[in-house]
Amino acid sequence: MKVLVPIKRVIDANIKVRVKADQSGVELNNVKMAMNPFCEIAVEEAIRLREAGTVDEVIAVAVGTGQSQETLRTALAMGADRAILVETDLAPEPLAVAKLLKALVDKEAPGLVILGKQAIDGDNNQTGQMLAGLLGWSIGSFVSRLQIEGETVRVTREVDGGLENIELASPAIITVDLRLNEPRYASLPNIMKAKKKPLDTVTATELGVDVAPRLEVLKVVEPPARAAGVRVSSAAELVEKLRNEAKVI
Amino acid sequence: MSILVIGEHDNTSLRAATLNTVTAATALGAEIDLLIAGSNCQGAADEAATVDGITRVLISDDPSLADGLAENLAPLLQQIAGDYTHVLAPATTFGKNLLPRAAALLDVQQISDISLIEAPDTFVRPIYAGNALETVRSTDSLKLITVRTSAFDPAGQSGAAPIEAVSGGHDAGLSKFVGEELTRSERPELTTADIIVSGGRGMQSSENFQMLEKLADKLGAAVGASRAAVDAGYVPNDYQVGQTGKVVAPTVYIAVGISGAIQHLAGMKDSKVIVAINKDEEAPIFQVADYGWVADLFEAIPQFEAALDSPAS
Ligand SMILES: Cc1cc2nc3c(=O)[nH]c(=O)nc-3n(C[C@H](O)[C@H](O)[C@H](O)COP(=O)(O)OP(=O)(O)OC[C@H]3O[C@@H](n4cnc5c(N)ncnc54)[C@H](O)[C@@H]3O)c2cc1C
Repeated sequence: MKVLVPIKRVIDANIKVRVKADQSGVELNNVKMAMNPFCEIAVEEAIRLREAGTVDEVIAVAVGTGQSQETLRTALAMGADRAILVETDLAPEPLAVAKLLKALVDKEAPGLVILGKQAIDGDNNQTGQMLAGLLGWSIGSFVSRLQIEGETVRVTREVDGGLENIELASPAIITVDLRLNEPRYASLPNIMKAKKKPLDTVTATELGVDVAPRLEVLKVVEPPARAAGVRVSSAAELVEKLRNEAKVI
Repeated sequence: MSILVIGEHDNTSLRAATLNTVTAATALGAEIDLLIAGSNCQGAADEAATVDGITRVLISDDPSLADGLAENLAPLLQQIAGDYTHVLAPATTFGKNLLPRAAALLDVQQISDISLIEAPDTFVRPIYAGNALETVRSTDSLKLITVRTSAFDPAGQSGAAPIEAVSGGHDAGLSKFVGEELTRSERPELTTADIIVSGGRGMQSSENFQMLEKLADKLGAAVGASRAAVDAGYVPNDYQVGQTGKVVAPTVYIAVGISGAIQHLAGMKDSKVIVAINKDEEAPIFQVADYGWVADLFEAIPQFEAALDSPAS
């Protein structure tokens, strides 16, 4: 069985983003970029499935500019077998990404697609669910445990009330949550090896997908800052302030 | 214009997030239908009928809809969405799982997690863990939207709307609900609580969390946690507040032994009053705290609890 793992290049999770002065977006120039943390977990899970013998081939896919090749090389260095870049100049919206991925699924016929539950840039949390809808496949979203037994995929999902266990028919879409695994770091020898692994490029046009945006971004601004607070030095002072100043307890 | 709100419920009663979603729908200024799709869900539909601001409740009752599986629910939405200009669901794990699937079936680019409605086609939503606010205008004729519940007050429940049946649920045969492990608690729910006491890695163990629970009980508060505390196994996953956990905006949020990483702030910085207790005076949590107390939590929490017993002056 093949597994497709779509991954996204985003601003590194440790970087504080800055909104551009012209309100057109956030500053991406000269900012440290990295693989979306949820995507790392997806790559890790796919590699573990291959190591366990459940999966034969792990294919990493990115949708974006040529710079996303870097992110794909990271996935290859972690252990993915080959990579596909769907090259676009604009950053397509989740629906367009899902359509591009569907086109690749139709070509590659994987038994499983594993994605991050959200990308930490747009925080949309849509692509995996949309892909499942377009393909008419089952979905396990926000997964913290994954078990594959023959044609049945068993997942534990992190939901608002706790955990939920469901069974999915194959092929399935999985979107991963933080606690599924701890992704590995790529070793130096593996980074060297990754340079020789196959990385193909296709375009949206070649895949026959219209990626024109449906949403128009009117502006991007910083959220209002909170007013500076005060320090307290005892429990009595804290309780007094909460009671008499803030009047909240 | 006409609006469909997808009600979240457990078949017998309505989940609170539905009420906030109806309030968001009300801001659009058109008739609102509230869908209760479930199995043996008359109880939830009866409660839905009391929600202020809605025109009618649509009930779709079918065994395949019992457990909120997106594979079975999305085709139902696809079938009825054509009657509406807007379909809204709460940005809960239920809504986030379901709505994008329906959006794909309807060829609509969903707008996730809106915190403000500027016009029927224009919405504000947080991006980058709330470090930026994006205003987007949708060019789709049908709008599918998930609503950040903490940004909208709950609708009242003094109405009596009619309930009409819609058919359409069927088992897609793709997925099966097996069971759930829900966290049971007598305390208020995190997303609706007025006061939240939240603990981080500084708590060091699940035993120590009992200290926070005692404080929470004295305050009538819910208990939350940082990701680090959940990852370490001190508390269950549904306690997590943050970019990838729950987004809360209580009247008071008390962060104990939490450093204040941006991903945590993303889930609580719209709280009315923030209290931080941390032994590191440089901890970033103090930058958003209204009341910051540099202290060792193991001394501070018992003292805080004791001070609550002293009569108000
Ligand atoms: C993709 C991604 C998503 C994430 N999503 C979330 C999320 O949703 N929610 C979330 O919370 N985090 C999230 N994180 C993790 C986040 O970056 C931080 O790692 C996490 O919030 C840290 O938790 P903490 O503050 O409890 O731990 P730490 O950062 O380790 O802080 C512990 C604090 O406790 C204090 N302390 C220790 N002992 C004491 C004592 N005795 N008395 C008083 N103070 C003490 C320390 O001074 C320190 O400030 C995410 C990270 C990533 C990469």
